[in-house]
Amino acid sequence: MNLYGIELASRLLLGSARYPSPAVLAEAVRASGSEVVTVSLRREAGTQRSGQDFWSLIRDLGVRVLPNTAGCHSIKEAVTTAKMARDIFHTAWIKLEVIGDADMLQPDVFGLVEAAAELAADGFEVFPYTTEDLVVADRLLQAGCRVLMPWGAPIGSGRGLNNVFGLRALRARFPDVPLIVDAGIGRPSHAVQAMELGVDGVLLNTAVAMAGDPVAMAGAFARAIEAGRAGFEAQPMEPRDFAVPSTPVAGTAWLA
Amino acid sequence: MHVGILGAGVAGLVTAIELAGRGARVEIVERAPDHARACAWVAGGMLAPWCEQATAEPQVAALGAPAIAWWQRHFAGTVQRGTLIVAASRDAGELDLFGRRTERFEPIDAECIGALEPELAGRFRQGLFFPDEAHLDPRHALPALAAQLAAMGVTIRYGVDADVARIDADRTVDCRGLAARDTLEDLRGVRGEMIVVRSSDIRLTRPVRLLHPRFGLYVVPRGDGVFMLGGTLLESGSDDPMTVRSAMDLLNAAYALHPAFAEAEILELGVGVRPAFPDNLPRVLRHGRNVYLNGLYRHGFLLAPAMAQQAARLIFHHT
Repeated sequence: MNLYGIELASRLLLGSARYPSPAVLAEAVRASGSEVVTVSLRREAGTQRSGQDFWSLIRDLGVRVLPNTAGCHSIKEAVTTAKMARDIFHTAWIKLEVIGDADMLQPDVFGLVEAAAELAADGFEVFPYTTEDLVVADRLLQAGCRVLMPWGAPIGSGRGLNNVFGLRALRARFPDVPLIVDAGIGRPSHAVQAMELGVDGVLLNTAVAMAGDPVAMAGAFARAIEAGRAGFEAQPMEPRDFAVPSTPVAGTAWLA
Repeated sequence: MHVGILGAGVAGLVTAIELAGRGARVEIVERAPDHARACAWVAGGMLAPWCEQATAEPQVAALGAPAIAWWQRHFAGTVQRGTLIVAASRDAGELDLFGRRTERFEPIDAECIGALEPELAGRFRQGLFFPDEAHLDPRHALPALAAQLAAMGVTIRYGVDADVARIDADRTVDCRGLAARDTLEDLRGVRGEMIVVRSSDIRLTRPVRLLHPRFGLYVVPRGDGVFMLGGTLLESGSDDPMTVRSAMDLLNAAYALHPAFAEAEILELGVGVRPAFPDNLPRVLRHGRNVYLNGLYRHGFLLAPAMAQQAARLIFHHT
């Protein structure tokens, strides 16, 4: 998978919030094989200086950091947070979240497109958290995004893929744009389903962090994502509405 | 044996009790003028080893369970009336999850919730009751330990900023919390925030936790209509004043627990920064004649007795 010119072997991106401890987070990252970890600036610390302990723990994980603007409800807030993230983590990458609905944490796609354009013009490499809407996706690409992060379901809901048809349409319309399903994945089977649709990767947080055993769950997701991708590449058969014997029966001797 | 202790927070005071009780001559040095700057001062004071199993490593419950008896022996204000866990109907899944990860509780229905806490009657359909857990008020418990230490001949020198090298003692125990980061480099600060409110309309007799996928809340009754609301947990070493967002989250959750909290008076907004190691587990370490007791994280009152006993064993038996 290639994201903004960076070749990644793992198709799993892992969030860093809500783990039982930083030690468990570090082990989960290792078990997941993930090469990209997202980190929230706004939620973990009110001001720039105070979160430094946690951010240095994230840097010490030795993986690429994808800072995010989680919890931002306005363009201005998201842009400011993105710039702060660039200073702290010395990366042009930013996972852009502009939340439009506090209950569903649904993206404000209008604000998202505007913020993405502003950040892309400023040299950021934007990973927009969006819906599966084709028109919004097109506008985000026009705004300068080279990766799309459609949701599976609302953040933290663990419901899996709410709109398989929509994600399939997005894949078909933009075959060459990396698609990362971000948010809503609850179980490894959801990740397999997403990967079988041909998306390029999956971004997870709660499903691993809040599992009874986050480290084991990180490993389970790693294997699920590999299996889903391998299944997609191997071109699965289509379902049929009648039975077809896998062994030809014509000419078989019937011993009654 | 002369032991100097740095820090008069919950770790320092409990360690002093354990050491003085074993016959050591103990002196405590505290840089603040009183206990009010210790993060224990803004703690919930819940002795809830089994509830903590929901998020903490199994060692926390094992180390913390004996703390209830320890506090009952050393502080008469320790109240053992259990912990009540409730959730709104739409968050019933949170109760299932909490129950799967904890032990020593009874699943209870609306009637039983009403019998335990009549104020909550009819408000919640189901909950969990942890009958063996206890709670205390840190602002009474810390001065009570200090008074007990004075009676045992232990002096506490407040307003003295000393380091271990300058203490004239056979052994030192460093209980400075986050301030010990100058030596214990992997310590980090985890910020917690709390609000103290007063309401004459609500009566609760035990800590109540409201589960929610986003904003967890606990309410600890302090008596005389005073309640401590807590529950935020932020990866931040800042002790800056509470943010509006945190205050809204806590107050909204309290309002969801009982609408009468809307009319409560806000007495205090408090912030504490808890010291934690990367695995969020406590440690007792020895470097030469110095022992370090640190990393109690959000479990100061729960873990201080077990860790103080470990420190005492290290000092008296070198084990």
